[in-house]
Amino acid sequence: MARLEWLQRQIEGIKEEHVIENREHSAAVRLQSWFRGCQVRARLRLLHRKATIIQKVWRGFRARNQFRQMVKKAYFVMKMNFYNEMAIRIQRRWRGYYVRKYIHNYYALKRYLEGLTIKNEQVRKDLEEFAELQRREMERLAREREGQRKCLQAQRLHFLLSTEQCPGVFNSPYRDFPHEMELRLRSIKPLLAKNAPLRRDSGGSPACSLPPVPSKKPQGPFRDPAEVLQQRYRPLEPTLRVATSITALEEAREELRREEWRSRVIDDIFQPFSNAHKNRKYERTLHGTSSYEQVDYGTKYFREENKEKRQGEKLLFFSLGLSQNHPGARVHSPIHVVQLLGQREQSTVLTCVTRSRGS
Amino acid sequence: MSQRQVLQVFEQYQKSRMQFVQTVAELASRPQNIETLQNAGVMSLLRPLLLDVVPTIQQTAALALGRLASYNDDLAEAVVKGEILPQLVYSLAEQNRFYKKAAAFVLRAVAKHSPQLAQAVVDCGALDALVVSLEDFDPGVKEAAAWALDYIACHNGELSQAVVDAGAVPLLVLCIQEPELAVKRIAASALNDIAKHSPELAQTVVDAGAIAHLAQMILNPDAKLKRQVFSALSQISKHSVDLAEMVVEAEVFPAVLTSLKDPDEHVRKNATTLIREIAKHTPELSQMIVNAGGVAAVIDYLGDSRGNVRLSGIMMLGYVAAHSENLAMAVIVSKGVPQLAICLAEETEDHIRSATAWALGQIGRHSPEHARAVAMANVLPRLLAFYMDAQSSDDLQAKAKKALKSILQKCTYVPALEPLLHEAPSNILKHVICQFSKVLLHDSKARRLFVTSGGLKKVQEIKAEPGSLLQEYINSINNCFPEEIVRCRAVCVLLRRKPSYHVSCGTGTVKLLGKQF
Repeated sequence: MARLEWLQRQIEGIKEEHVIENREHSAAVRLQSWFRGCQVRARLRLLHRKATIIQKVWRGFRARNQFRQMVKKAYFVMKMNFYNEMAIRIQRRWRGYYVRKYIHNYYALKRYLEGLTIKNEQVRKDLEEFAELQRREMERLAREREGQRKCLQAQRLHFLLSTEQCPGVFNSPYRDFPHEMELRLRSIKPLLAKNAPLRRDSGGSPACSLPPVPSKKPQGPFRDPAEVLQQRYRPLEPTLRVATSITALEEAREELRREEWRSRVIDDIFQPFSNAHKNRKYERTLHGTSSYEQVDYGTKYFREENKEKRQGEKLLFFSLGLSQNHPGARVHSPIHVVQLLGQREQSTVLTCVTRSRGS
Repeated sequence: MSQRQVLQVFEQYQKSRMQFVQTVAELASRPQNIETLQNAGVMSLLRPLLLDVVPTIQQTAALALGRLASYNDDLAEAVVKGEILPQLVYSLAEQNRFYKKAAAFVLRAVAKHSPQLAQAVVDCGALDALVVSLEDFDPGVKEAAAWALDYIACHNGELSQAVVDAGAVPLLVLCIQEPELAVKRIAASALNDIAKHSPELAQTVVDAGAIAHLAQMILNPDAKLKRQVFSALSQISKHSVDLAEMVVEAEVFPAVLTSLKDPDEHVRKNATTLIREIAKHTPELSQMIVNAGGVAAVIDYLGDSRGNVRLSGIMMLGYVAAHSENLAMAVIVSKGVPQLAICLAEETEDHIRSATAWALGQIGRHSPEHARAVAMANVLPRLLAFYMDAQSSDDLQAKAKKALKSILQKCTYVPALEPLLHEAPSNILKHVICQFSKVLLHDSKARRLFVTSGGLKKVQEIKAEPGSLLQEYINSINNCFPEEIVRCRAVCVLLRRKPSYHVSCGTGTVKLLGKQF
């Protein structure tokens, strides 16, 4: 027991020693680790500082380069803007000048329009003058024609001139001065009947025709002037023989010949029967001079025929034959025969009867 | 019987034939007798007389046939069916000049009615015979042959081509140079009818050298000849630019302008048609015409004439103005717009009105100055009236609407826009409001006038869908004015007070305007 207690005390003692050892060990370890930590931290701190310095220098270098580039670019942009501005100013001036001078020249247009107005006035004036001239010309012509007409009328009515004793129609004593017709009558020469211009007929009798002036019959053994005039101026009535020209016969013959030639269809002339043409060969007509054979179709027959196929005829002949042999039967006329046969055979019988009649 | 008695029978028969044919010819010259003649069977009686021995009877029979055939197409068809035409064609080559004239007269009388009859005439081989008689010495024969060719060619292009293929064109150009007026007239008319169908035919006519001779004849004093010449030149120049340029190179200007003052109405009309056909092709040709003073001459012509003949003059102005804005300004400067406004007011025919509306639209569509010139002539209300009138034709309504829209798109002349604001339908109103919104932004006096004249009130009254263009324009107009005025106006509209209140409200707004602006 005591040994056990001694052992136990030994064990406890050893345990205490170990505990104390451990405690001292861990304390020492702790101290050492802390110191090591400080060392490492100091080292890292140094490294950080160094790295920061390097990075700082590098970043500064890079940034300065970039800044230099930015400055260059900004300068370039500024320059270009300036150039653009100046170019725009130049272009603006140029465009304005060009458009104003060539595209839409306001002053040239204005001058043109003024010139055009002047030209229009000129043209209008000229045309007015021309129209005026034409009008005057036409008036002059009208007046001349009127004057001529009045002159002609005066010449026709020359007998209305007033004489010493007897004042004319146009020179009435109640007038202050003679009528213009009177003056005209005095100045003209009378017109001969043969030289008088033909009076144009105004389409039918005039509306107001004066009644005929009763003419005094002249004294003496004179014939009626109408008769005389009729005899004197009787129109020529040539006979047909006189009227036709001297070559009328030849012309008519020519005409006939031409007419013949024109309307003739056959070139050879139809000669009347005479000895000279006795031996003339007879010319067949075109219809008959065909190189092909003249077929019987159209003249001998004109219907298709197939005699073998037809049954009706045999039947007819057969029935007729029978009726003859038969003692009690009489030979009917074909009509009765036809009536004896049926409807269908009647048509065939009729055809063969007509055909036999026709051929 | 003695020989003389025998011959007398024949003489009597000949006399009676002659008398019959002469009387029939005379009766056929009056239209009232022709029905009776037709019922009496005159055709079958005249036919054998065409083959008569005596030449005078033949000629008179042909003359009578011609007069009958020219009356109506039944008789012409009877002539064709009676196989008379081959006979005539043959004798056209053979006989003397009187018969040739009569035969050509019959051919022309048959051919003039319809293309089928003309084709029947051509099928008989008439063209060669007619072309041969164009070379005859006698001018009467030439005239008759040219007239027949003219009537054949006038129907359609195929017949004209047949006439050209027969070689008629060089001979017709020779006929134009003849001294006789009648031959010249008919040859010019024939060339006119040939050239009008297609560009190729017109080119054929030009290749034969017709333009130079036609241009020479412009100075001829005869009116009917000038009609035909101008008509022929206009038919040639209407087809293409090259042909028009060739006509211009023949130095027809300025001689054409003097013909615009010719006493004869048709000469003037055809001269204007020629100018129109030349002007419509290119701006250069129009410029040349304007520089020669053609626009002024045509405007004077429009002032002097009345009715249908104005149409070509109006169209010419429209074509010139359509090419470019300088030319349109030239038309305005030559005082074209008042004349066109007068035409619009005076004329009653729808097609002339639509042509005038179109021309005014072409003038006014280029720029605000042009639109102002057109609007100042007081044309817009009239165009609106034509557009709204239910009795105008569709063409007139369409053209008036188009003209109105094209002028309104450029118009900034406020006094002309105001009446439209009150009267226009909604599709036109859109453009009017758009123009107002553009003008009112910048012009303060216009704004004042707009309010006092009741325009702002009218604008408030318009109902528009929100988000549509019209609403945008109305908003922009409302933004030009201060809020109080707009609200005041809106309130007036809503309340619909008596006019005196409106007036006081108006003066109040003017005072406000005076303070604001």
